[in-house]
Amino acid sequence: MKVKDVVEALNLKVLSGAQGLDKEVEGCYVSDLLSDVMGNAEMGNIWVTLQTHKNVMAIASLKELAAVILVKGQSASDDTLEQSNEEGIPFLSTAAETFETAGKIYELLKK
Amino acid sequence: MEQLHPYKADLHIHTVLSPCGDLEMSPSAIVKRALARGLDMIAITDHNTTRQIKVTQKIGRENGLFVLGGVEVTSQEETHCLCYFADDEQLDQFQIFLDAHLPPIPNDEDRFGYQLIVDEEDEIVGEEEYHLLNAIDVDIDGIYDEVHRIGGLFIPAHINKGTTSLMSQLGFVPPDLRADGLEINFRTTKAEQLKKFAYLKRFNFITDSDAHFIDNVGDVYNVVYMAHRNFDEFRKALAGEDGRYIDTEYFREHKLPRII
Repeated sequence: MKVKDVVEALNLKVLSGAQGLDKEVEGCYVSDLLSDVMGNAEMGNIWVTLQTHKNVMAIASLKELAAVILVKGQSASDDTLEQSNEEGIPFLSTAAETFETAGKIYELLKK
Repeated sequence: MEQLHPYKADLHIHTVLSPCGDLEMSPSAIVKRALARGLDMIAITDHNTTRQIKVTQKIGRENGLFVLGGVEVTSQEETHCLCYFADDEQLDQFQIFLDAHLPPIPNDEDRFGYQLIVDEEDEIVGEEEYHLLNAIDVDIDGIYDEVHRIGGLFIPAHINKGTTSLMSQLGFVPPDLRADGLEINFRTTKAEQLKKFAYLKRFNFITDSDAHFIDNVGDVYNVVYMAHRNFDEFRKALAGEDGRYIDTEYFREHKLPRII
């Protein structure tokens, strides 16, 4: 499964980093504590969060995550989106809440 | 140069107005305990409110303790940030900002604790209606901007703590963070932080008790070398201006006497 397949299935808005949409998604991690993500997320995970601080991008890059999904209609700062474009790690947005978003991704990845 | 004096300062203390602050933490009790233990200066830093500061400052003035007015703000990212202000006008301006940005969710005192405003005689004169531990809807940068617009100082609290800190919420201190200093708690030292995170060397540090119970007031303190006890001297010490500085290590070998 690629990032673009998740975008399509969940009808996500692509905020930035579109060149990374062909990345493989290897699992999903859900957390709003960045220290927790740094310690526990794995390479290729798609990360679901409502945290929008610019450190989100730094950690996504450090952990080589597939993409970041911001829930509840959140967006990120211009700085963050710019860095996302540079690094090709897509920032995606949904109006849905974390529970619904994670549930849908769980179903997708189970297949 | 003016002669500098070492002032013992515990700059992170909660009163009974913080839901997690013990009922014994009245302004008069805090001032009394601080003086008995040998502190020269304290700061009152309740969660998301300034409403206990003026009475504590009055009691402090009458008894020879300098009381700095502060707040421990919970940012949108749920990081705790200490903000200090020079005078009543600045405090009032910041209270307006807090009132505009704290979510209007009533406090449940059975679950979270009382949020009481008390007077000099420890009589209850009011309470905060909304739960003060919630995050305000402004992020760290936005709080920094407002504090600086008003003329205050901005210091992320206990950055090494496992909850509600820059490290726990954001994974690491943002390299381009705008702040006037960083606070650590007693579980680490400045040297240890700089060894791990060399890029933090551009900041000066403070260390405090974060007391919620009367016995802990003064358990941790800074020695601030400055000419007088006032906001501007403290600002200079934090910035390392004019020879002023802050020693965050002295308290480890010089615990203040226990008062029963």
